[in-house]
Amino acid sequence: MASKESIYKALEEVMDPEIPVLSVIDLGMITDVQTGDEIVVKMIPTFAACPAISYLQSNIKKVLEEKLKMPVSVLIDKSVNWASSRMTQAGREKLKNYGIAPPPREQQSDPLLTIASQVPCPHCGSRETYLRSPFGATLCRAMHYCKSCGQVFEQFKPLD
Amino acid sequence: MNPEAIKDLVIKMADDELILGHRNSEWTGLGPVMEEDIAFSSMAQDKIGHAWALYQVLHEQLNGTDPDRFAFLRKENEYRCSQFVEMPNGSYDFSLMRHFLFDHAETVRYESLAASAFEPLKTLALKIRGELKYHTLHANAWVLQLSQAGEESHARMQQALNEAIGLALGIFEPSEHWEDELISGQIYPGEVALRQRWEERILPVLTQAGLSLPDLGRVEPIYGGRKGYHTVHLLPLLNEMSEVYKLDTEASW
Repeated sequence: MASKESIYKALEEVMDPEIPVLSVIDLGMITDVQTGDEIVVKMIPTFAACPAISYLQSNIKKVLEEKLKMPVSVLIDKSVNWASSRMTQAGREKLKNYGIAPPPREQQSDPLLTIASQVPCPHCGSRETYLRSPFGATLCRAMHYCKSCGQVFEQFKPLD
Repeated sequence: MNPEAIKDLVIKMADDELILGHRNSEWTGLGPVMEEDIAFSSMAQDKIGHAWALYQVLHEQLNGTDPDRFAFLRKENEYRCSQFVEMPNGSYDFSLMRHFLFDHAETVRYESLAASAFEPLKTLALKIRGELKYHTLHANAWVLQLSQAGEESHARMQQALNEAIGLALGIFEPSEHWEDELISGQIYPGEVALRQRWEERILPVLTQAGLSLPDLGRVEPIYGGRKGYHTVHLLPLLNEMSEVYKLDTEASW
């Protein structure tokens, strides 16, 4: 029987297809892991309409079965909703180094203030930035502009 | 609780999302600026995703058919979307005004469903209402900017509001048979209450934008969609939307 620890370790190698530096663990998408005759992994999508979800489901199954040599089922957990506070600190760092501003750790009472407030530029660190559009290349990203370095950058949107 | 009553509510919500999602997607490649092209495309994806989640509730909790079949294979008069969402995109001003009026209506609906006695809707509403904040943020920002961007721009936004308002009231067409049952069963607060909350949301933004909201007591709501009566615009949309699916309904994607 595979240990829970080994399952979580293997999950660290299942990457998000849209942001390939982040694993499903970094993103906080895993809500439960059970082990026994088979491994059962429960997961949640970030945004409800995320098109990557069935890809991730089958990829988790494939990676875990290969590594742990056990049958695996991956279920969507309907009892938990994803929020950006689920992203790990390591995930936030990876995201920033990849050039995407992470969602703020602390949300303001109004999430709109959080996204519209001056998000630090992931390239130069300046706070002289503004929100250009709450929509971006994927459902989970918004576009900002940095007045200091003159570049458009993306932010992983906060969600409560 | 009578499942037919809940089905009635879920189907009209899902059909609104699906059809407006399709209309939004028609802006892909044609948006007036690239950010808007991306915004309408993203909102299309969100809306169709929400429709899918609602069809999934029908399928899993209410003995419904497979979501894809239900979305693509019904007859025109079996769709329960409001006539508002099936109207062609028109100019960007009409699309934007529809987005503003519809997404605020959608927001108050999901906010109220977060307290629904029907658990699957409640769970879904808790997720979707957070995402919708980005839609209303977007709509408010553009309505405010364009309404204050000179005489022509202001006139066009006011014109779009005048054209859209009766159609928008059609979102709140009460259920023909189930309204009282849904309210007393605490499934949702009913269309009258939702319309009231919606008016309280849109009025401050329109006022700040310098637009005048027509006297809603004198505007005739455009009803019919919830009973399956549609405009000439729905059928061509359905044919286009389901064209690929109908090539082979048994194909696995």
